[in-house]
Amino acid sequence: MGTHLPSTEFDGTAVDDQREADAEAVMGEPAAQMVQLLGPDGKLGADPVFSDYADKLTPEHLRGLYADMAAIRRFDVEATALQRQGQLALWVPLTGQEAAQIGSGRASQPQDYIFPTYREHGVALTRNVDLAELLRQFRGVSNGGWNPRDTNFHLYTLVLAAQTLHAVGYAMGIQRDQKFAAAANGAGKQPDAAVIAYFGDGASSEGDVHESMVFASSYKAPVVFFCQNNHWAISVPTNVQTRVPLSNRAKGYGFPGIRVDGNDVIAVHAVTEWALEHARQGKGPVLIEAFTYRVGAHTTADDPTKYRQSAEEDAWRAKDPLARLEKYLRAEGLADDTFFAKVKADGDELAAYVRRTAHDIENPDIRQAFAKVYKEAHPLVAEELAWFEEYSAGFAGEEESAGHAAKAGH
Amino acid sequence: MTTMTIAKAINEGLRATLAANPKSLLMGEDIGPLGGVYRVTDGLIGEFGPDRVVDTPLAESGIIGTAIGLALRGYSPVCEIQFDGFVFPGFNQITTQLAKIHSRSNGNLSVPVVIRIPYGGGIGSIEHHSESPEALFAHTAGLRIISPSNPHDAYWMIQQAVECQDPVIVFEPKRRYWLKGDVDVENPGPSEDPFKAHVLREGTDATVVAYGPLVPVALAAANAAEEDGRSVEVIDLRSISPIDFDTVTASVQKTGRLIVAHEAPTFGGIGGEIAARISERAFHSLEAPVIRVGGFHMPYPVAKVEEDYLPDIDRILEALDRALSY
Repeated sequence: MGTHLPSTEFDGTAVDDQREADAEAVMGEPAAQMVQLLGPDGKLGADPVFSDYADKLTPEHLRGLYADMAAIRRFDVEATALQRQGQLALWVPLTGQEAAQIGSGRASQPQDYIFPTYREHGVALTRNVDLAELLRQFRGVSNGGWNPRDTNFHLYTLVLAAQTLHAVGYAMGIQRDQKFAAAANGAGKQPDAAVIAYFGDGASSEGDVHESMVFASSYKAPVVFFCQNNHWAISVPTNVQTRVPLSNRAKGYGFPGIRVDGNDVIAVHAVTEWALEHARQGKGPVLIEAFTYRVGAHTTADDPTKYRQSAEEDAWRAKDPLARLEKYLRAEGLADDTFFAKVKADGDELAAYVRRTAHDIENPDIRQAFAKVYKEAHPLVAEELAWFEEYSAGFAGEEESAGHAAKAGH
Repeated sequence: MTTMTIAKAINEGLRATLAANPKSLLMGEDIGPLGGVYRVTDGLIGEFGPDRVVDTPLAESGIIGTAIGLALRGYSPVCEIQFDGFVFPGFNQITTQLAKIHSRSNGNLSVPVVIRIPYGGGIGSIEHHSESPEALFAHTAGLRIISPSNPHDAYWMIQQAVECQDPVIVFEPKRRYWLKGDVDVENPGPSEDPFKAHVLREGTDATVVAYGPLVPVALAAANAAEEDGRSVEVIDLRSISPIDFDTVTASVQKTGRLIVAHEAPTFGGIGGEIAARISERAFHSLEAPVIRVGGFHMPYPVAKVEEDYLPDIDRILEALDRALSY
């Protein structure tokens, strides 16, 4: 699977691989050249640009990528089960997208800042977000649950594509920080940083994606747009969102667009590392389209049998990101049964931790909501809180009544 | 004390902010070499350069959305929306993102973005250039909304908006941009708190509350009423969210009658909110229903009839007559 040097001249519409064309014909999309290093057969191919990046991955790195993907898949199963048990209001599964998320997240540096959508649990793992904390949003006790200042992993954004503009603005801030440091002869200089903005094929239709790419291009902002094309925006296939490969859109904005096999963790890591370097070096934005598939439902409230064939799901399961890396690791003698058994045991331990922690999460008090509407004192919020306290106090003698007790904040 | 127009006062306020706060920057359409369509940012790009006075692509959601990102990185962006009617492509970013980030991050993040919006009618312009959408934003928790009515306030309130750690929308009364007045650039005096209302004129028979472009109209109406022997108190609200109900309540407890005037349509407007709150706070002081004077329930009309749409001195006097007839 040869690739071209990513550049604005990159056309990306040529069909050079019948297998890929066949796969895409199922989706009714024109084929695009796609960077792939590790195929579904577990064989490592070559690429004129990205093999150099893949070669930097040591056996330990590769085992780590596998362990991460296995961990987040196990977490996904556990979170789905917690939703079914009524412990979570909703869950948004990622199964099938592990390589796209772990590969890109592991390519980022600590100084980079990540703006996810709401399905990037795998990226969260790579940014050391406590996965049990991540469940707080889906349990209805928080709209975040982690402090982005600690991890440079922003809160999930549910209004599609809104975060792509935040990412570009953040990148514009990085540019200004660099100028401040340069003006101070390097004093206070931080390592060069870039931003990743995640979004999906559905969100690609949102106007904010267009505006974010216009701004990023105009100001040459250090941002990588990482689009996970998982082929379904709830029930609507990608060909309703676009008639050309999404990566081709970059050409219209004047920066490189690369389609990568989103189920190939080695290629995703290599392409993302290249793109982040490109951005950190001041060369401007990059669009990466990770061609992948949401094997499960959109959320636990969704029913994919209403809108797609199981044969399609089976075809994508045959391209499973974990299975192909396992084949490679075993064939190259880089991992054995002991390693895979350890990964499974670690996954079960993570699941147990998440389950235990989820059960222990306490409900918040609405007073915390009053306290965080504004940063500075606000007379209306204060007045309404005072009313609420007085109102609640009126129920003080009625703890026996569950409804009233809840109102009183007990 | 210096005499200047409101537009110049905002220009000077922005200049002072850019000079004092290296993390502050201006963003908007045509705000660079042109100095904005109203020239409010005139000359600033020459003094502070294109990284601090940023001509943006023509995209309001993009302006607000990237300003949020800059704020998350520690910057203090001041966005100019060219006209009131063009803020709506940015409405989503303002209401679902900017207003909520502090709350949804449990207070870990704050986004002190300032949005300047020239608003209101009376300039004979074409559609979408004369609207007063403040109530749409006031309904959204997490935002603060202020509107200066004179050059001194304009000079200080724009700087106070940037200093505030919460998002602030500054509605600038565009038909008063050329209104001149004294500005004390050394001392804000009574304008130290941008969220406090000012009693501009004391009276005993009725209170008229106004903000932004209608403040001079309310003062003129009070002067006219005085010739008929009526003593009217005039309050410049200054802050639309939060509203300084203490000042309004105290006035109504004295006068017993309240008229609220704004250019925005009365239905679902700020006047209704003030009427409801005052009826709760000062019910026993009220001698008459609170009367609203405002726009009609129609899209802002064409310029040749806007005089019939906009509240003027006579409309306020008519409301005063009604209030005093109880």
